[in-house]
Amino acid sequence: MPPARSRRSILPGFGLSMGFSLAYLGLIVLVPLAAAFLRAAGMDWPAFIRAVSSPRVLAAYRLSFVASLAAGAVNTVFGFIVSWVLVRYNFPGKRVVDALVDLPFALPTAVAGIALTTLYAPTGWIGQWTAPLGLRVAFTRLGVFVALTFIGLPFVVRTLQPVLLELEPEMEECAATLGAARWQTLFRVLLPELAPTLLTGFALAFARALGEYGSVVFISGNMPMRTEIVPLLIITKLEQYDYRGASAIAVVMLLVSFLLLLLINLLQKWSRRFQAT
Amino acid sequence: MAAAPHTLASRATGVRLRRVQRDPRWVRWSLTAIALAFLAFFLFLPLAAVFFEALRRGAGVYWASVRDPEAFSAIRLTLLTAAIVVPCNVVFGVAAAWAIAKFRFRGKALLTTLIDLPFAVSPVISGLVYVLVFGGQGWFGPWLIDHDIRIIFAVPGIVLATAFVTFPFVARELIPLMQAQGNDEEYAALSLGASGWQTFWRVTRPNIKWGLLYGVILCNARAMGEFGAVSVVSGHIRGETNTLPLQVEILYNEYNFSGAFAVASLLALLALVTLVLKTLVEKHSAES
Repeated sequence: MPPARSRRSILPGFGLSMGFSLAYLGLIVLVPLAAAFLRAAGMDWPAFIRAVSSPRVLAAYRLSFVASLAAGAVNTVFGFIVSWVLVRYNFPGKRVVDALVDLPFALPTAVAGIALTTLYAPTGWIGQWTAPLGLRVAFTRLGVFVALTFIGLPFVVRTLQPVLLELEPEMEECAATLGAARWQTLFRVLLPELAPTLLTGFALAFARALGEYGSVVFISGNMPMRTEIVPLLIITKLEQYDYRGASAIAVVMLLVSFLLLLLINLLQKWSRRFQAT
Repeated sequence: MAAAPHTLASRATGVRLRRVQRDPRWVRWSLTAIALAFLAFFLFLPLAAVFFEALRRGAGVYWASVRDPEAFSAIRLTLLTAAIVVPCNVVFGVAAAWAIAKFRFRGKALLTTLIDLPFAVSPVISGLVYVLVFGGQGWFGPWLIDHDIRIIFAVPGIVLATAFVTFPFVARELIPLMQAQGNDEEYAALSLGASGWQTFWRVTRPNIKWGLLYGVILCNARAMGEFGAVSVVSGHIRGETNTLPLQVEILYNEYNFSGAFAVASLLALLALVTLVLKTLVEKHSAES
């Protein structure tokens, strides 16, 4: 039990630090975000529905959603393998590889975008091998998926790594003593234990992928109805000075993001409870 | 409470394994091979491609692209933006962490979530909201036009949008760190007669310096590399409102690939420097 603290701290500076934080938070984040909601609220209901459910918008939602889901799933599988290898095994150059995992996070998205496009274009290092197989990546939906996989990877690995490090060895020992094979221990003991963490990593990667813009616009080709993602559609509306349409789509995306944030918070609480027991 | 898993506290490597935790050799080798192949494919190849394409037409073309006046003004604007945004977010981060970690008040969880909010928002929307506030059709648009103040399609808009997307970096690094450290040392300092400012500067600041540095490195990398949000508010005026990532886009869309990749290589170098600094800070903080 921590010692009981009086409600009133003797430390100074609460008013100043709190006041400044709230003012800065309000000015930079809350007021501008409110602008999007108010702009959309200025539309009447049928107009709002029309703006967010035209066939072109629906196609963009579908592409963003499905590609993010697929990228998140691939990242969960390979992110698990990468973090397992980084935590459990030793190999030359491990520190460098570990640091490099954060590259998608540190590399500006525009740079990632043009690099991936060049790699997967039909003449590129990778594209020239896939093109004869009839597999076109750049300027197709597959390209969107590749870009979203690139940016999502660190989210899964960095969520999983600290949890893998703190796994109690007793669990595996216990399973082995009771006669479980290694793969049984993995699937019956470790994976259920890690499930909340894996799900958190997946949700983080998914949330990031939904809003991603820079790495996707170059490789996707941006064809309406086919390879147009939601953030790009918002920019298109803005360029046509359709501020209301842009705000309406933005509000839908913001609501989805907030829901995901809530879900991630709950997941993290859940996984922390798992670790505590 | 996180929309991104990057905190210094969660970074550690190496674990002592017991015998039952060891996988058979063939499993170790094949998993390592799969992981490395995946990373090579998705991380190493794109990075290598940037430098290869940048230098493909020779060092002469590379130097000419990097020293182009437009590239130069993009570098200047990128540095200026980071020089304004990072200190602002540092002051905010320290203030917010002080209030949240050192005091008890109602609505703390809500405030922490609100600080994380910008990470959950698409960069494009981060730019859009400023257009809605300051743009020609925005709340303050007419007033700004009357007073001949430009925010959107000008440098202030770029600074604001960058501040938005990098908003949580320092705060979310410091809050868990300061919460874990508790208030005891500060109480001791105060009871020994230190002033509030002395307590912060001599006691708290040395305790949080690695976390602070970590937050600054991540914040700076994102501030210099942000593309989506800045692209919405910049207006792409050449030589005036182009940051480095926007310059990359313009050159690329003009099919000036070697130029685009030359500028991109500067940003890739920045990313590599960021990764090295980040790793060094992780190492130092683990040792101290």
